Amino acid sequence: MVRTRFSRRSLLQTSAAGVAAAALPFGRARAQADLVIGAVYVGSKVDFGWNQAHAVAMDVIRNVPGVTVLEEENVPETDAVAQSMESMIQLDGANVILGTSFGYFDPFMIDLANRFPDVQFRHAAPLWDAARHPANLGSYFCYLNQAHYVNGVAAGLSSPTGRIGFVAAKPIPTVLSNINSVLLGARSVNPEATVQLIFTGDWSLPVREAEAANALVDAGCDVLTCHVDGPRVVIETAERRGVRSCGHNASQYELAPNGFITGAEYKWETIYRLYADAFAAGEALPNVVVGGYHNDMVQNTPYGAGATEAARQAADEAIAALRNNEPIYVGPLYDNRGNLVIDRPMDNLDPELDGMNFLLDGVIGSIT
Amino acid sequence: MDLTDSALFTVLVAMLGGAIRVSTPFLFVAVGECLTEKSGRINLGLEGNLVLGAMVAYATSFHTGEPWLGVLAAGVSGIFLGLIHGTLCSLPRVNDIAVGIAMMAFGTGLAFYFGRPYIQPPAPLLPSIPLGNWTGIPSLQRALEINPLFFVGIAVALLMSWFFRSTRWGLIVRTTGDSAPAAKAMGVNVDLVRILATASGGFLAGVGGSFLSLYYPGSWNEGLSSGQGLMAVALVIFARWDPIRCIWAAFLFGAAGAIGPAFQAIGITQGFYFFNAAPYILTLFILASSARSRSSAREAPGELSIVK
Repeated sequence: MVRTRFSRRSLLQTSAAGVAAAALPFGRARAQADLVIGAVYVGSKVDFGWNQAHAVAMDVIRNVPGVTVLEEENVPETDAVAQSMESMIQLDGANVILGTSFGYFDPFMIDLANRFPDVQFRHAAPLWDAARHPANLGSYFCYLNQAHYVNGVAAGLSSPTGRIGFVAAKPIPTVLSNINSVLLGARSVNPEATVQLIFTGDWSLPVREAEAANALVDAGCDVLTCHVDGPRVVIETAERRGVRSCGHNASQYELAPNGFITGAEYKWETIYRLYADAFAAGEALPNVVVGGYHNDMVQNTPYGAGATEAARQAADEAIAALRNNEPIYVGPLYDNRGNLVIDRPMDNLDPELDGMNFLLDGVIGSIT
Repeated sequence: MDLTDSALFTVLVAMLGGAIRVSTPFLFVAVGECLTEKSGRINLGLEGNLVLGAMVAYATSFHTGEPWLGVLAAGVSGIFLGLIHGTLCSLPRVNDIAVGIAMMAFGTGLAFYFGRPYIQPPAPLLPSIPLGNWTGIPSLQRALEINPLFFVGIAVALLMSWFFRSTRWGLIVRTTGDSAPAAKAMGVNVDLVRILATASGGFLAGVGGSFLSLYYPGSWNEGLSSGQGLMAVALVIFARWDPIRCIWAAFLFGAAGAIGPAFQAIGITQGFYFFNAAPYILTLFILASSARSRSSAREAPGELSIVK
């Protein structure tokens, strides 16, 4: 018995040492010349949503010469992410690591950045703070609410009743900003428009998302949109119920041949290209990259059959205005409990908007 | 105020619709688990059957264009997992709960691995029967659009209740579950009965999975089940190992699940976390208030490892 255990352990030790010896020098040698960029996703790369948007962008930079792309899917926001990032660094020689899920940042990526000072870590949410976090860590983020504003404009002119239904996962600032932007977009073309809101409570609950979408249609909404990880269920339910829909995260154009209006999409490739170019030029990667329409970091899905001619025109104009940095949040704006929440025109990237904790007047819903 | 405009009516119709739309997978898994547990085994792995069944059904429907074939294939995949569970647990000193947890990981892992190519493409879905046209009320018509599997599930539960009560085989299963030595004395092959009961329970759970991917919500992705298989296993204890009570438990759970979205849709938006948790709160409440430890202990099959 003792002998068996001894030999099993020694076998493990030998093989682990062998793997390390084989991998480490190789990884280091490669790291000096080429960019080895590793991306970790919380879900599937083909989810019609958040993860797909990242994976599509990684496919674009995969074709850049001198760039090797590593990817891992379905990594939960637990110690598992630390392990998979570490193996990308130790075994595959990754020199840039992208964490694409909110919960990866603290503590996992902060710890890893401290342990591997030669590796650059970037995280897809505006969380990095120069005063508190390591210098080889950073944030990148696209302000998708700008594309949701365009959704709102197109929805406001495509909806016969002006009642837009919104299925949302959780009341966090990014989600609230998307909801409010849809409302402001819709009200810019139809002052009577409303957004009716249902929170499901989590990022991926397909059955409850279907229930929420059905409940919104039953309540009289004739355009549905959403902020959940995989918008497929909401868009398909809208199509089956014969109402129109606006997409979120990635293109859902093909899911709703009759009712699709347009959708809010990320354009992560702009950021990933910027990293690859900086790396190739031997420059430091910027710690914080944020943007929207003005620097080509968000986009709207091509119009579908649900978009009226007037909607297309107004949405095109809204996009042009956003490219010129025209603000979405222009005070005075009141929340749906009557409090003054914005008293002046706010820049679209104003950090104060990152802490949004209200629903504007016209949104039927509550954050608690 | 017109009846059909009132908020209460909206919520009640939503709960009715929810009970019909959401309950079917719970019903199939719970009735399947009921059979397995009556034979004296617990199969905690039915979440794996549900997820694998959902994937296999969607893939089959996608390739053949025939959704009912997908339902059948889902059942076969459930038999496959059930046979593994049943056979492993027949080995000496193997714990059925531990095997069940392993089978849950195995089933979901298998489904995720083979299911990747089927997340995006559209597959033909199961049809529904419009039974509410006589009402003339659109929301009721919508709630009464019913999938045939719903009726199949109820029929299976009724049939199983009769099977346990009035057939020789039902008696054999019950005896095996209550006292293995007594069953052996009757000349019953205890392991074989349990393997067959687990495989049949696995079949039903697989069919339950096909409802998720082929009807409601009607697509395949990795978050599709989000724990419904596990909850359904718990419902069996809630239903005290009675197939008829499994029907009511599944209805109740489905109806309670519709409360959260329905309240928000009529403008009662405060406290949505609480309303979304309604199915679990309600289950706990009824479980606690209906528990008569002595009578429920009598209803539990004596051979179950949680009872012993």
